[in-house]
Amino acid sequence: MRDALGAVQSVLVLGGNSDIALAIVDRLVEGRTRKVVLAVRRPESAQSTIDRLTAAGVAAEAIAFDALRTEEHSRILGDAFAKAGDFDLVISAFGMLADQDALDADPLYAVTVINANFTGAVTSGLIAADLLRKQGHGTLMMITSIAAVRGRADNFLYGATKAGQDLFSQGLGDSLVGSGVRVVVVRPGFVHTKMTEGLKPAPFATTVDKIADDVIAGFSKGRETIFAPSILRYVFALLIHAPRIIWRRLGG
Amino acid sequence: MSPGSPSTALPSTPPEPSAELARTRATELFGWGRTAPTGADLRRPTSAIELRRALPDANPRGLLARGLGRSYGDAAQNSGGRVIETIDVASFTVHEAIEGADHVLVTADAGASIDRLLHSLVPQGLFVPVTPGTRYVTVGGAIAADIHGKNHHRKGSWCDHVESLRLQLADGSVVDIGPNSDPELYWATAGGMGLTGVILDATFRCPRIGSSRLLVDTDRAPDLDTVVELMATGDADYDYSVAWIDLMATGASMGRSVLTRGRFATAEEVGASSSADPFDYRAGVIASAPPFVPGGLLNKLTVRAFNELWFRKSPKLRRDELQTIPTFFHPLDMVGGWNRIYGPGGFLQWQFVIPFGTEATLRRIIEELSAAGCTSFLAVLKAFGPSNESPLSFPAPGWTLALDIPTGVSGLATLLDRLDDMVVEAGGRIYLAKDSRVRAELVPQMYPRLDEWRAIRERVDPQRRINSDLARRLSL
Repeated sequence: MRDALGAVQSVLVLGGNSDIALAIVDRLVEGRTRKVVLAVRRPESAQSTIDRLTAAGVAAEAIAFDALRTEEHSRILGDAFAKAGDFDLVISAFGMLADQDALDADPLYAVTVINANFTGAVTSGLIAADLLRKQGHGTLMMITSIAAVRGRADNFLYGATKAGQDLFSQGLGDSLVGSGVRVVVVRPGFVHTKMTEGLKPAPFATTVDKIADDVIAGFSKGRETIFAPSILRYVFALLIHAPRIIWRRLGG
Repeated sequence: MSPGSPSTALPSTPPEPSAELARTRATELFGWGRTAPTGADLRRPTSAIELRRALPDANPRGLLARGLGRSYGDAAQNSGGRVIETIDVASFTVHEAIEGADHVLVTADAGASIDRLLHSLVPQGLFVPVTPGTRYVTVGGAIAADIHGKNHHRKGSWCDHVESLRLQLADGSVVDIGPNSDPELYWATAGGMGLTGVILDATFRCPRIGSSRLLVDTDRAPDLDTVVELMATGDADYDYSVAWIDLMATGASMGRSVLTRGRFATAEEVGASSSADPFDYRAGVIASAPPFVPGGLLNKLTVRAFNELWFRKSPKLRRDELQTIPTFFHPLDMVGGWNRIYGPGGFLQWQFVIPFGTEATLRRIIEELSAAGCTSFLAVLKAFGPSNESPLSFPAPGWTLALDIPTGVSGLATLLDRLDDMVVEAGGRIYLAKDSRVRAELVPQMYPRLDEWRAIRERVDPQRRINSDLARRLSL
């Protein structure tokens, strides 16, 4: 159960190899979290994380989950809840960047990106929300992106999928009012992770640790939308209104 | 959602048939601290028969009875399951007086509140055996939390005054239990946080009083040592005793307190100053907190100023002052919904007891709280008397301190975790009815007889058809 000060006892991570999600989990296990399930494409790839968590006294497990295989989401999440009991927090953290060269070579490559980032997030999000609603409590944390707020020339496909996921999450959260379930939207800025390796950093680029600190702070306070780093909330409050000609120059 | 269903058949509609949804009133419930709400199927039966029907068809997450929701945390929540509010089934009977007895038996439905009882009992020259700082608690809640009050050092807690009670068990059957009838189950129900079954009604002893006024002595203590000394040496002379302590005072005035102690006055003692009926009882709400209060209203500055003012307006020493029942016992009840003044973030209460002889720990805890500048309104300090036979009842001989803290105070989680450790080290415990954040692993240390209680719960409810968020959070 989540306690009065926002600490949670059990966490399910969809996309359990995400650097951001794991940094969040590391902070949670310093608090009350004693049960962690990482849903990843290849469970053996999360073994070192599982070992580290187990050594810290956490009941940790990796299960197989593929964002693209939406037909399996219901069974996988249902089994995870049935086996582990309640989850106080479900973090939806999977996603892929769109490789511009691949997209130029084959427009159908977009289907894969859309299915991974949007379709998969929607199906697993709906299923997780339903399971949380049945247990009457819990938070679904959807990690979208600051790229969801405005489109940019160099990552508009990624941004579009994240925008879809972001809007979906907001509406899903509103539909769950009164059920005891919350949906939290997290919009990280440019972060140095394995996903962004080799990319040119955007302004306010930051580290995974900073992101995780800001996410934990916002989550404990019960925020529904978390910008990380938190300064992006104010930066984008302005940038959202910038004319496109200016935005293009800023965006590079 | 069947396994392997095609993606087009995703749950766009809720899985239950609509008829079931129409009968279900899904509601978010929280405790008095307004933190950590959870969803439940809330029922509010209006008859005893309806109340008893609520249990058998509850879903696998079970059922929990809820009274007036004065537990601070999640004790009266049952996420995803059913919650029955008992407050509309609230009748009670005052039995015939027994010749020569100093009490009268009262049988009350679990949903009857101390507020309702007092309005009927006091004009008849009777009082409740125990009252907490609010009269808005039900008889069921009083048993489930085994509540205590200002008379604990002499009279013990609520369940020391119960003759018998009727409990609906998880299998739907109803048993009549008491200290002399299945005492094991009775004492597991006393302080059992509602987890042994649904308490239907109870018969308890209500003491006679000489008037509806109290003769109150007030002592203003400039620091912690003084108030501890006053209570240790003088409490035995009073029926009721409690100290309000200013936790924001630091340095030489750390722990400064106002100690009020008293007893019920006789009709003659009241007669000297009042021409009115000696059993006149009027208790009401004279103001209400606004429906929305922004966060941060209670900050270090405003709370410090309030505490200062309150300390200074108290007399240094006063004897035999006549006070009414609401003034002496339930001052906060004069403001309706006062829990809203902490703003949307809510607040929590932390209450512990540590044994006599560990005053050094008491001092260290108060030092830590003062140093942290916790925005805490007046906290309450009291010396408890002996504990009873209940494995989960909170009171134990020693010092109990209770304080309210807004959840927004930075570093609060780690501060309280550290203080919990000090409490455990001293051989103390925290009060489950107030808790909303203790570490689950500390509970068996605080309540060494927890396994005994678990065995009884296992006996009467092996399938956990009675459940609560508190029980889930603390793995009770």
